[in-house]
Amino acid sequence: MSARRLYVFGGISLIALGMLFGDIFAVFILHQNAGQQGAALVAAAHAVAQKDPAAAGAAFQSLGNLLEDRGTKVDTHAHMIGAGYIALLLALAQPYVALKPKTKKFLARLFVFAGIALPIGIFTIHYIGLAYSPFPVIGWASVLADLSGFLLGVVVTAELWGVWRYVRAGSVATEPELPQDRSWARRTLLAGGTLLVLLGFLIGAYYAAADLYRHEKMEGDILGAMLNDAVTNGAAQLTTHATDFGNLAGAHAVKIAAHSHAIEFGILAILLAFIQPYVLLSETWQRRWILTLLVGSVLLPVFVYRELEWGLVAGGIADIGGLMVIVALVAMLVGVLRYSGQLDATGAAQ
Amino acid sequence: MTRSRRILIFGGLALAAFSMFYGVYYALFVEHQTLDGMGTSLATSFIRAAERNLPESQASLTAFVATKYNYVRQIDCHSHWIGLATLMLVLGMAFDHVAFSESVRQLLAWSLLLGSILFPLAVILQTADHGPLFRGLAIIGSALIIVSLTGVAAGFARQAPH
Repeated sequence: MSARRLYVFGGISLIALGMLFGDIFAVFILHQNAGQQGAALVAAAHAVAQKDPAAAGAAFQSLGNLLEDRGTKVDTHAHMIGAGYIALLLALAQPYVALKPKTKKFLARLFVFAGIALPIGIFTIHYIGLAYSPFPVIGWASVLADLSGFLLGVVVTAELWGVWRYVRAGSVATEPELPQDRSWARRTLLAGGTLLVLLGFLIGAYYAAADLYRHEKMEGDILGAMLNDAVTNGAAQLTTHATDFGNLAGAHAVKIAAHSHAIEFGILAILLAFIQPYVLLSETWQRRWILTLLVGSVLLPVFVYRELEWGLVAGGIADIGGLMVIVALVAMLVGVLRYSGQLDATGAAQ
Repeated sequence: MTRSRRILIFGGLALAAFSMFYGVYYALFVEHQTLDGMGTSLATSFIRAAERNLPESQASLTAFVATKYNYVRQIDCHSHWIGLATLMLVLGMAFDHVAFSESVRQLLAWSLLLGSILFPLAVILQTADHGPLFRGLAIIGSALIIVSLTGVAAGFARQAPH
């Protein structure tokens, strides 16, 4: 397998795995974690009502722990997909990297290895903590994550060095460039991807104009009212305030998720437009998977956006959308595996 | 390489490099202090309320709200600069597939670049001035991006004239 194919295969695999992890996280962890955060906030308010500063401090410590649990899982999801995007970009850059084929292949393997190790490191930060660590504040999982991030940086720097050599050598491509056709697959993915980015922007712009400032004010008001009630009325209204706070956090989260997912899927579609020559499927199946990917990419953000109003039905449809994107990516992966190596062989012959 | 592609690729690279330096500066000198300040002020607000020290509790809550207002904009500025730079790079690779004349493509590329610089810049400037000026600039920046993206999508979908 050439360096370019390794990047294509590794990139799509990382994105598909990152999305699968995101789906599992959303179904099994996200909502439970939000409930626990609400309970910790109620515990802090109860401590205020009972004039117990130590218990209030302890409740916030527990809240910090829950936020770390959630944060590392979101980061695992985001970093796995981010590394996949960079791998696809590097695949596209390969004809302009003037390095020996053996070096290119080594760099591609190192990138895929580090791209897998990085999310594993991030995921385990919460569980390993500082166990057996010689450092006062950094655990072994953080060391693995930081080292993997460093290796990714080394690979990208080496690839940039290769591009610099390409420019200095008179800009002669070192391997065949991908075909610049205007096929249906490419046009659909490019136009669909750009429209998805546009959809994400419109969601973000609407949120900023209609909700952002109102939500920021509401957050302060709810916390103020919660403290006021805890001091003056005891524990009577605390759960109501905590529920309001949770609903507000939920409204913020779904809108940001809809905004960012639409844009990420759009960029993914644009990147996939370029690597279609590496996907060896019949034209009919290629079209089917492209449509599956684009329909799933619209369903997920749109129904995530409506999740608070339409409840579990919207959540379920959004999950199906995510699954459609994953299935389409896996199908494209099969196409990459079936690929006979024609482009690579042309490069080797040259 | 066409001029419109150069605008997007070199503009995207410059914006990505600038936003990464901003990110490093932010992570080293601002972010941890801001996060620490946010967590501490919220916890202090509850602890002071438990001690029935209400003026300090209210002051800490106000500090939390103000710090979070700034934090949200600092993070938004950094992530949008990086995200828009990536988008410009990716679109730059495909820009010859936008089936319009080169002058229209250049117009789209310039407005995308201008919007990508202006929008996050106006967002971060809102931490210095909460008035309508920078909100208005942010709206203009995002409108430039939205209009140019609409044009790019239409160009991608359009069959190239023979």
